Amino acid sequence: MCVMSAVAIEGVWKFYGDFPALKDISFNVDGGACLALLGRNGAGKTTLLRMLAGLSKAAKGSITILGGDARAEKTRARIGVLGHGIGVYEELSAFENLRLFARLYGMENPRQIAMEWLERTGLDRVSDGLVREFSRGMRQRLAVARAFLHNPSLLLLDEPFTALDDRAIAVLQGLLKGALAEGRTIIMSTHQLREALELATDVALINRGKLAFRGERSREMLEDPGWLYRHYGEA
Amino acid sequence: MTFLQQALAIAGKDLRSEIRSKETVNASLSFALVILMLFSFAFDPGSDQVREISGGLLWLVYAFAGTLILNRSFARELVNDCLDALISSPASGAQVFFGKCLANYLLLMVVECVSFPVFIIFYNARWPARWGLLLLVMLLGTWGITVIGTLFSAMTVNLRLRELMLPTLVYPMLIPALLGAIRLSTVLIAGEALETDDQIWFKLLAGFDVIFTALSLALVEIVLVG
Repeated sequence: MCVMSAVAIEGVWKFYGDFPALKDISFNVDGGACLALLGRNGAGKTTLLRMLAGLSKAAKGSITILGGDARAEKTRARIGVLGHGIGVYEELSAFENLRLFARLYGMENPRQIAMEWLERTGLDRVSDGLVREFSRGMRQRLAVARAFLHNPSLLLLDEPFTALDDRAIAVLQGLLKGALAEGRTIIMSTHQLREALELATDVALINRGKLAFRGERSREMLEDPGWLYRHYGEA
Repeated sequence: MTFLQQALAIAGKDLRSEIRSKETVNASLSFALVILMLFSFAFDPGSDQVREISGGLLWLVYAFAGTLILNRSFARELVNDCLDALISSPASGAQVFFGKCLANYLLLMVVECVSFPVFIIFYNARWPARWGLLLLVMLLGTWGITVIGTLFSAMTVNLRLRELMLPTLVYPMLIPALLGAIRLSTVLIAGEALETDDQIWFKLLAGFDVIFTALSLALVEIVLVG
């Protein structure tokens, strides 16, 4: 496993108006690790993930992703982002959506890549169907395919298991396990502690914008997912 | 992928979505035709008065109808958080912006090319003898509307009152381009000879397009990411 830091966060602050959403956050994530980013609603998990994805900038501090700036084109080409929204177009077909993103990520043979991922996510039979006609589960599987299709070195997942159906959870878990086995780095925020802690090698807990805990996932956490919140979270 | 290939991929996506949904072109075209019809009741078709204001009338309709297309340009990316997916991809803000400009430009030109013959009919005007020059004015003026409108569409995308804010911000910025386009269109529709002074309006239109395209390409990354 590569031990170089895939993500280095140094003294990061973020404000919404005068409100500090993140306060002096610093930690590293090693290459090949799976970090579960935990915290209550409004703790700042999504804000931090958005900054890692290059979707917003820190007011203070620095973020280094895979050795470069988060907004650098080369860095973005190596990051896969699965946020709250599915990030696919309603008026395009499943195939057109994946082909578009394969093109934007500079993949060779976008058509073939799109077909491969439609097969892997079980959407090949509806490849020409418009997304607006898809069920929720089908949309979510398509979103997973969009985030993974360029074989990213770093995966940023914001509550990836929320509202997924059984089939989509199975697809996502399989892909995440495969990604970890290949030495890729994963950072996922989640409220589904059991699913997240089963995959995670590391844990970070954010409490009201501050880093309350950062360490390896322990046996106690796996046996009792609420343990971390009781010891380091809000009362 | 090159800058242009990425931009074309985004433009193709926007056009494909629009062809399927027809949400903005239908609205914009209907609006343009209704405004042309209503103005035709207010003025006597074929009169000198109409000849004098023909350029202004035409470009006001194009500018109003254009904002309906431009308003949706970035707003359509809010559905399913597609804007985040787009910005987090390797496509730069400038590529996203330029792709959207190309799609908006094409849609606006379609609306203009359909509504111009309607204007000729409603206002009892003659088809301009120098229609090639008028087309050049339309191409230059429309690019100005497109560039400014697309940039402000990105700026206002997260505002609740973006439908109101976009025209409020865009029209004052467009004054130099509209002045040039109105003056040249009036002369060409009336069939009058272009004077030497009129060449400066062509230069103004071209200069406006070049300057605001360059500025927008430089600034759009800040607009989208901060």
